[in-house]
Amino acid sequence: MSAKSTAEAPFVAKTKVGRVTDFVDSRVGGSPILREFGRKVFPDHWSFMFGEVALYSFIILLLSGTFLTFFFDPSMAETHYQGSYTPLYNVEMSVAYSSSLNISFDIRGGLFMRQVHHWAALLFVASLGVHMLRVFFTGAFRRPREMNWVVGGVLLILAMAAGFTGYSLPDDLLSGNGLRIIDGVIKSIPVIGTYTSFFLFGGEFPGTAIIGRLYVLHILLVPALILLMIVIHLFMVVIHKHTQYPGPGRNDGNVVGYPLGPVYAAKAGGFFFIVFGVIAIMAAAFTINPIWNYGPYDPSPVSAGTQPDWYIGFVDGALRLMPGVVNGFHFEYVIFGYTLTLNVLLPALVPAGIIFTVLFMYPWIERWITKDDREHHVLDRPRNAPTRTAIGVAGFTWYCVMWAAAGSDLIATHFHVSLNDVTYWLRALFFLGPVIAFVVTKRVALALQRKDREIALHGRETGRIVRLPHGEFIEVHAPLDEYKRYKLVGFESPSVLPAVPNEHGIVTRKEKRRAALSKWFFEDRVAPATPAELEAAHGHAHHEAIETAEQKSLSH
Amino acid sequence: MKALSQKRRHPLAAIALLLMGLLVTGGLYAVATTVNQAKAQTTDYSASDVEEGGKLFAANCATCHGMGASGTKDGPSLVGVGAAAVDFQVGTGRMPMQMNGPQAYEKPRQFNEEQTKQLSAYVASLGPGPSIPEEHLLDEKGNAAEGGELFRVNCAMCHNAAAAGGALTRGKFAPALADVSGKHIYEAMATGPQNMPVFNDTNISPEGKRDIITYLKQIEANGSPGGADLGAIGPVAEGLFVWVAGLGVIIAFTIWLTSRTS
Repeated sequence: MSAKSTAEAPFVAKTKVGRVTDFVDSRVGGSPILREFGRKVFPDHWSFMFGEVALYSFIILLLSGTFLTFFFDPSMAETHYQGSYTPLYNVEMSVAYSSSLNISFDIRGGLFMRQVHHWAALLFVASLGVHMLRVFFTGAFRRPREMNWVVGGVLLILAMAAGFTGYSLPDDLLSGNGLRIIDGVIKSIPVIGTYTSFFLFGGEFPGTAIIGRLYVLHILLVPALILLMIVIHLFMVVIHKHTQYPGPGRNDGNVVGYPLGPVYAAKAGGFFFIVFGVIAIMAAAFTINPIWNYGPYDPSPVSAGTQPDWYIGFVDGALRLMPGVVNGFHFEYVIFGYTLTLNVLLPALVPAGIIFTVLFMYPWIERWITKDDREHHVLDRPRNAPTRTAIGVAGFTWYCVMWAAAGSDLIATHFHVSLNDVTYWLRALFFLGPVIAFVVTKRVALALQRKDREIALHGRETGRIVRLPHGEFIEVHAPLDEYKRYKLVGFESPSVLPAVPNEHGIVTRKEKRRAALSKWFFEDRVAPATPAELEAAHGHAHHEAIETAEQKSLSH
Repeated sequence: MKALSQKRRHPLAAIALLLMGLLVTGGLYAVATTVNQAKAQTTDYSASDVEEGGKLFAANCATCHGMGASGTKDGPSLVGVGAAAVDFQVGTGRMPMQMNGPQAYEKPRQFNEEQTKQLSAYVASLGPGPSIPEEHLLDEKGNAAEGGELFRVNCAMCHNAAAAGGALTRGKFAPALADVSGKHIYEAMATGPQNMPVFNDTNISPEGKRDIITYLKQIEANGSPGGADLGAIGPVAEGLFVWVAGLGVIIAFTIWLTSRTS
């Protein structure tokens, strides 16, 4: 047998491409990897594609950013603008700003590329955010994906850092004001603040070093870290396999979908060009960051409508919401001749700190409360995890209140309301908004679960009214088909786990806290309809309509 | 000199010195600020303009501003506000005011050119104040770059860097400046209507005002080089656009791409 196979003539491909591929494969042995990778199965759902949007936006950022580096000069040396934009002609400015204006007005395709870069940056962070919301609300962060959730969080922070360093580079008035706020926030940190600021800016703000330093961070360090994190992220996606929504035939041991090759490879390749196309249309038709309006940076003026890009907006909003004095209580102290200014320190660092701490820790918090250490590859529908969904919406609402506060002046002018009133309302919502959002979301989720249960047990309302011989009117309910019913009943519903003693027979204080949280999470859960209940409901389906009609008339 | 030095310890010497100092300072200040002195404008207006204006004023303005424009609790005195103030407020429709509020809104004007001139003539006759700017200051042929710098330092904090307007406290606001005539921009700077500060001729010279108008008209004529300007109100509009339009279109595509299998 073996003698026979060695005697066979070596395989020779028929086409030229085949021979080249075979040449490469016989030397690097890529085909098993490719075969394995090409057979990876991905489930299909529109909400699974935001990570892809982020990845493609990042590729577009690399491409357009490389173009911009050819023409951008990060020098803060003074010059007089000699380009073709007359409203700034001969105005004294930095070389960085002058070269940004040249990219916009004197380099062919430069303004388009700048706008591609900036729109792609906004879309990059936005799609990252939506991707994380999807992962959170479907419970995709549970074991084994906790680490990947953290990597995703790091990517979000890095994306914000990349965005902010880029926003500051043109050295126009808007970006300089943004840097001034960052400088103020850094200086508000006790003890080390001033030293850190001087270290960062190479002396007193603004100095002549910061643009060059931010440039290195923006084009070297931060993108390299993002790329590293993306590689780790995708590597883990391959190891963990993709999650899937619940459905018939889907469980924690399989993945139902299409293989990467050829369906997904084609779809993903096409989708890249769709994302590129959408960004290109935005860049071609809509202005972004019109640096020529803002003028060169000068520490004295701040123009109306000065805001950061959207992803830093929530920090700016928190700063805007912070009162200087409340009922005579000041937030600024002088201790031993050093100023401690809490009205900058608190809003700038505390909300962002809380949001990111909770975000990073959430998988472990939920794991501790539920004692659930199993692997999950089937996602939760958000309504089937009411408390988690409510926590998520509460956090998102809190973020949105701060986000809205960053545009408080524009809300005031565009809706013809008082700026002060906008601020007062948002201050109230800063505290009340998350609570209201939590309660409303949880109730809505529970109500949807009850509706699902009702439909699973008694079928769908058809709208067909039938009159019975004795004169009563009833509505006919149509039973669901099995596939639809599976979606309504096939989910896990964790119940309250009471405190249990440890190996020494002691119920620890920590365990009591966990039990209390477990009760808070699951005490009002709606259990999915059991097979017995379904059986009972369908067993006397012929009375059922009458019974429910009677119950309704009794309860009213 | 000897007489003077002998009297230097006189009890009234200190007071005399103080008086002299005040006189010199005041006198010098008066001389130095004549450039900014309001001039009663009578040259362009005939006596009949003033007379007709007086009648219009009594019928339309006196309810709030009082007979003789001396002011009531509902409206300030207009003695000394000058023709420029009247031309701006009436010419942009802000006066007569529709209702009391944080700020008078621009609206279709109630008086025609002739009547506005008559009202201006009447108010100008009451006391000296800023006059309507001369034509050569409104020719839009100043230095746009200089005007841009003046605009960014003096105006952009309320009116926005692209003159798209901005919010002030308690329902007040700085309006957008597109479609505002050069004359009205000049008059607004000279008289400080609503909540705007006065930029008098020592603060921003007439030439500077001409530059600012040149700049504003030039950026208005240039339009937005990068495509639709999304209101020129800065990153908030851009963020809203990427979330609503950008992500919206992308989501539509994702749904289309996955519609066959799910």
